[in-house]
Amino acid sequence: MISFYGYTDGSGSYFIVVDSDKCDGCGRCVVQCVNGVLQVAPVFIDLEDKSVVVVRDDCCNKIGYLCAQCRPEENQAPCFLSCSVGAIKCVFDAC
Amino acid sequence: MIESNSAFWRWQEYQRVMPNMSWSDKDIVTVGVDVGSVGSKAVVLVNGKIYSWGITRTGSNSPESAAKALDWALKGTGLKQSDIKYVVGTGYGRVNVSFADKALTEIACHAKGANYIWGSGVHTVLDVGGQDIKAIRCDDTGRVTSFLMNDKCAAGTGRGMEVFADLLKIPIEDIGEMSLNVVEEPPAVSCTCVAFAKTEAVGLLRKGWSKEKVLAAYTKAMAVRMSNLIKRVGLEPAFVVTGGQSKNVGIVSRVEVALGVKCLAMPNWREGGLDPMIAGALGAGLFAKALYEKSRGI
Repeated sequence: MISFYGYTDGSGSYFIVVDSDKCDGCGRCVVQCVNGVLQVAPVFIDLEDKSVVVVRDDCCNKIGYLCAQCRPEENQAPCFLSCSVGAIKCVFDAC
Repeated sequence: MIESNSAFWRWQEYQRVMPNMSWSDKDIVTVGVDVGSVGSKAVVLVNGKIYSWGITRTGSNSPESAAKALDWALKGTGLKQSDIKYVVGTGYGRVNVSFADKALTEIACHAKGANYIWGSGVHTVLDVGGQDIKAIRCDDTGRVTSFLMNDKCAAGTGRGMEVFADLLKIPIEDIGEMSLNVVEEPPAVSCTCVAFAKTEAVGLLRKGWSKEKVLAAYTKAMAVRMSNLIKRVGLEPAFVVTGGQSKNVGIVSRVEVALGVKCLAMPNWREGGLDPMIAGALGAGLFAKALYEKSRGI
């Protein structure tokens, strides 16, 4: 399952994209995230609770502010760089 | 009477029991409760088949709203709470469903529910709730393959429509039709933020715009925003709309125009069909059955 967390506004769109099939819940990205946006939490997939990285509920609609610092550098965000299985990335499209 | 004249945002609460259905002690009775930010829905299933449902407004007290939705759904079925084998809570207020055996996020539930209502051909679900919009992609079994939720805020959702209904003094159920009653589609308002859009709407009314035109401009802004979310997850037909705003023909038809794709027709929920607003609760009830069977090793 691929989860998109982010927003679109006048400046373009920004999304944190998590592939929960690839994610093994190691939590390295959680430690690396400068603003504590991420957490490892159970996600219901095929009747099982799998521990994968998610954007915290209370951060979901604040990504515009919380991720501002990492936003301009696509593929340079600490969460992306820390993942060894390619389960998390940040996508930014300027409009 | 006074209330019906002044509260234009009030939508119809109701409950329904499917005819030609019954239950016995041997049956697996499960319940899904979806406590949304604006509406609370409960669905009762017997052996994975829908039996009854209830829809109420979520009041200031979410646990109470969840209990009320379930009470409504059980009304006229002869079922008691003790007959229920498994309850799954979902939605924004899922933690408030005190009688739930498990809480699940609404994403999985909406896809599952849409799969039940429209069949396995459904691959893209747009859920327009009271305070958020979700775009969901799923496979033939209703399993979620990708989803997108939560833009910056609650802009352009069901609650925004309620605010507009009150501002323009038009019953919420008529808003969709009215917004289509324009000679020419006006440009979308610049902002779907409820607070700013309201200010903008007042300005447009002062400029002499008709209520219909203002509604069309706001509805269009919402539709554009929704279609952008869908484009991000990728549109794969068949495409359906669930949640309270699926009943807003002004929104649905404009999303169709923006995407260039028709969505599957909504069941005739007023006359025996399933209500797309219960998709989340229905999916939760279906998961409840699967989880119950799993726990019993069935």
